[in-house]
Amino acid sequence: MTANESKVDSIIDEYNAEPGSLISILQDIQLEYNYLPEESLEYVAKILDIPRVQVFGVATFFKAFSLKPKGKQQIHVCMGTACHVRGSKKVLEELERKLEIKAGDTTDDGEYTLETVNCVGACALGPVVVENEKYHGEMTPIKVESLLNSKKV
Amino acid sequence: MSQNSQAPRGEMVKIMLNGAEVQADPHWSLLEAIQFYGIDIPTLCHDEGLTPYGVCRLCVVEIGSGDKTKLVASCMHPVWEGLEVRTHSNRVIKTRKTILELLIARCPSSKKLQDMAALLELKEVRFEPLNDDCILCGLCVRMCEEQMGAKAIGFAGRGPERYITTPFDMNSEECRKCGACMYICPVVELRCQGPQAETVLCSGCINTEPVCAPDYGEAMCFMVPCLSCVKGPEDVK
Ligand code: SF4
Ligand code: SF4
Ligand code: SF4
Ligand code: FES
Ligand code: FES
Repeated sequence: MTANESKVDSIIDEYNAEPGSLISILQDIQLEYNYLPEESLEYVAKILDIPRVQVFGVATFFKAFSLKPKGKQQIHVCMGTACHVRGSKKVLEELERKLEIKAGDTTDDGEYTLETVNCVGACALGPVVVENEKYHGEMTPIKVESLLNSKKV
Repeated sequence: MSQNSQAPRGEMVKIMLNGAEVQADPHWSLLEAIQFYGIDIPTLCHDEGLTPYGVCRLCVVEIGSGDKTKLVASCMHPVWEGLEVRTHSNRVIKTRKTILELLIARCPSSKKLQDMAALLELKEVRFEPLNDDCILCGLCVRMCEEQMGAKAIGFAGRGPERYITTPFDMNSEECRKCGACMYICPVVELRCQGPQAETVLCSGCINTEPVCAPDYGEAMCFMVPCLSCVKGPEDVK
């Protein structure tokens, strides 16, 4: 058994290997690795004794799950209606330009993942950018620079 | 589900089917009752040997009476005492055609859909053609799981990104290459290369005179739809 498997094993054990807890198990794995490694999904399917394609279907259904490794800083730009009319598109474009990646991608150094979301429930503050769990309201392309710099040590 | 599902076998309920009072087994789906009495309504995602799935909505019928009527997918709907059903009301026909339009716009290459369009005399498709090769009916997934016991394929993604695939989009070791998924797929068979092979709607069968007419007059064969005998443009006189 590899180190990874024992980690995944303990997560599965927490839910008594219940097939009905598949989503919770995947959530915990995602939390642990920041993404869902393919071997861990294969392993979950084997232990829970459910079709691999079912695990794959669930893993690709929810936006909270990712099959690709994510960066240390996860930046979500709100593209909801309220943020959109207040210019979130410009903010996104600036982030794409600065990070040299497109929405949905991760920088080569594994530092940043840039993603879009549709409304984070803080419309009054729009345009909103969520960086890890932190909300930044009233974003403008100019503020992008300082948002990224505040992360650099 | 109605409480009738618990009724002992053999006890029938009465339903009003297109104005006629008929008996139905409470264990049937509404579609089964409709088909039992020989009424032909189109279905796509339904197959007798598989669990009903209710996604194509082509089996739509109208239930209820007065101003309390609604459209339901008959393959997923139970029957109960006193249920009123109309399979060909104006509202149903209109809805059925719109649903078919949407399906054809997604996969204009499907022979099954084109044949259905001919039978329903669909005259136009008002939606932008997508030229996709899957309508997400899920027949292949159910076939693979329920009849072949392989569970090799399934849905992935969500919304507009939903698609049929193998685990991790890779050649799947569960698949035995039995071909059952292709056998049941309504899109796999390409439409005939009749008079209008490139258009969204072929309509060959309703717009062209039967090719056999000059030779046999009124004596037509029983191919459905008519003109299924046509293999290529050279066959059309
Ligand atoms: S060919 Fe493979 S995927 Fe298709 S039904 Fe057979 S086992 Fe399933
Ligand atoms: S591949 Fe064919 S059978 Fe499977 S969901 Fe798509 S259209 Fe239906
Ligand atoms: S399908 Fe039958 S009736 Fe129609 S044209 Fe061909 S042979 Fe004639
Ligand atoms: S639209 Fe951006 S928070 Fe609601
Ligand atoms: S046949 Fe009933 S929804 Fe497809």
